[in-house]
Amino acid sequence: MMLSPGDWQAVVLTLELAAIVTLILFVLGTPIAWWLARTHSKWKAPIGAVVALPLVLPPSVLGFYLLLTMGPNGWVGQFTNAIGIGLLPFTFWGLVVASVFYSLPFMVQPLQTAFESLGERTLEAAATLRASPLDRFFSVAAPIALPGFMTAGILSFAHTVGEFGVVLMIGGNIPGETRVASVQIFDHVEALQYGEAHDLAAVLLVFSFLVLLLLYTWRPKALRL
Amino acid sequence: MIRFRPFLFAALMLLSGHAAAEKFTIAAAADLKFAMDEIIARYKQDHPADMPQVIYGSSGKFHTQIQHNAPYDLYFSADIAYPRQLEQAGFAASPVRPYALGRIVLWSASIDASKLTLASLSAPAIRRVAIANPRHAPYGKRAEEALRASGLWAKVEPKLVYGENIAHAAQFVQTGNAQIGIIALALALNPVLSRQGGYWLIPDTLHEPLEQGFIVTRRARDNAAAHRFADYMGSAAARAVMAKYGFVLPGEAGKTR
Repeated sequence: MMLSPGDWQAVVLTLELAAIVTLILFVLGTPIAWWLARTHSKWKAPIGAVVALPLVLPPSVLGFYLLLTMGPNGWVGQFTNAIGIGLLPFTFWGLVVASVFYSLPFMVQPLQTAFESLGERTLEAAATLRASPLDRFFSVAAPIALPGFMTAGILSFAHTVGEFGVVLMIGGNIPGETRVASVQIFDHVEALQYGEAHDLAAVLLVFSFLVLLLLYTWRPKALRL
Repeated sequence: MIRFRPFLFAALMLLSGHAAAEKFTIAAAADLKFAMDEIIARYKQDHPADMPQVIYGSSGKFHTQIQHNAPYDLYFSADIAYPRQLEQAGFAASPVRPYALGRIVLWSASIDASKLTLASLSAPAIRRVAIANPRHAPYGKRAEEALRASGLWAKVEPKLVYGENIAHAAQFVQTGNAQIGIIALALALNPVLSRQGGYWLIPDTLHEPLEQGFIVTRRARDNAAAHRFADYMGSAAARAVMAKYGFVLPGEAGKTR
């Protein structure tokens, strides 16, 4: 099986996108998950619902809103234009922003579950030993929740690799910039090049299986959120 | 559940009643979006018992889907080569009928494109140019040919963004995400788009003709309504709508707007 240079470019681009999105999600998702796990605020349910939205929303809804808000007439577009970074649709960083929204629940929910199972007593014990809140998080909570971090990272990464609808709507299919593997397969199929489509599809199939196999072998209950 | 049974029953009766009416599905190239909607509306007035439904997309995608037994009864392609291939492979229940010649235009929602030419695309102020994907969308292929024939391909290619079909490319321009695009004249002439910007007709000497053709598919060989609609495309009413959207009609070749 031989992938063409264009296919390799799409695969590498996809992995770059997924890696960057996962890193950003660790930074953004951890405080959100921590807050959701510990708060008794009346905002817990609404914020939790907003975070979970991408699980049920069709990607076209997200893509449509992003295209309008990040476009020249949208407020995000006007903001990014004003600070000199131009417009986000049809750029790699536009895909990063979209994917962060799209994969957010896959980061937050496993982390939230992990933080909730910590229990108050462990943290209270640390507090009585005069550990600062930040210290309590990094020395006590984070190590215990490490498996949760692994699950969240793997799921966010894999979900971003599997993205298609949002990318189709805001990507513009530019080689090396926004043409990710899933879009490349779609193009092969539409151009009736089934051989190429098969090769690239097989790569994604094997990759996805291996990721899930790794996850299930290591944590059999990982996906029962 | 029990409470809903009478309602469900009524709904089923209604559906089966509809099934008795003549139902057919049209797969149409995205450039037909507005023209075909209008033709179907008129057709329904003349044939109230028939129930056409239409799906718009890229000609290449429909070509693939019909080979895999997609439930389309008529296939209107923006490139006549696709239905010809299907006919040869035995997927057609009618000869391939040419129905129009398409034209491509430069169109923008923010700039008056009628004052531009293809050469304007190389200006630095133009950062994104939308076209349909040349790999499988006929309008994209013609756009690429026109850019190559004008010697602009190398300059414009880095600015290109690719829509899945010609309507998708037009939408990139309409939302302003691409300042300009090469789209179908038929789309630029629709009431919403023609209110914005303006268009410049790209000379058809710069590209192969966009000869468009349709077939009745094999699955519809016994569907009288599908054949009725095929014949309707040759009617004065249907031809008037096509002409309104800038299509050059078979038998009127050479006449340009």
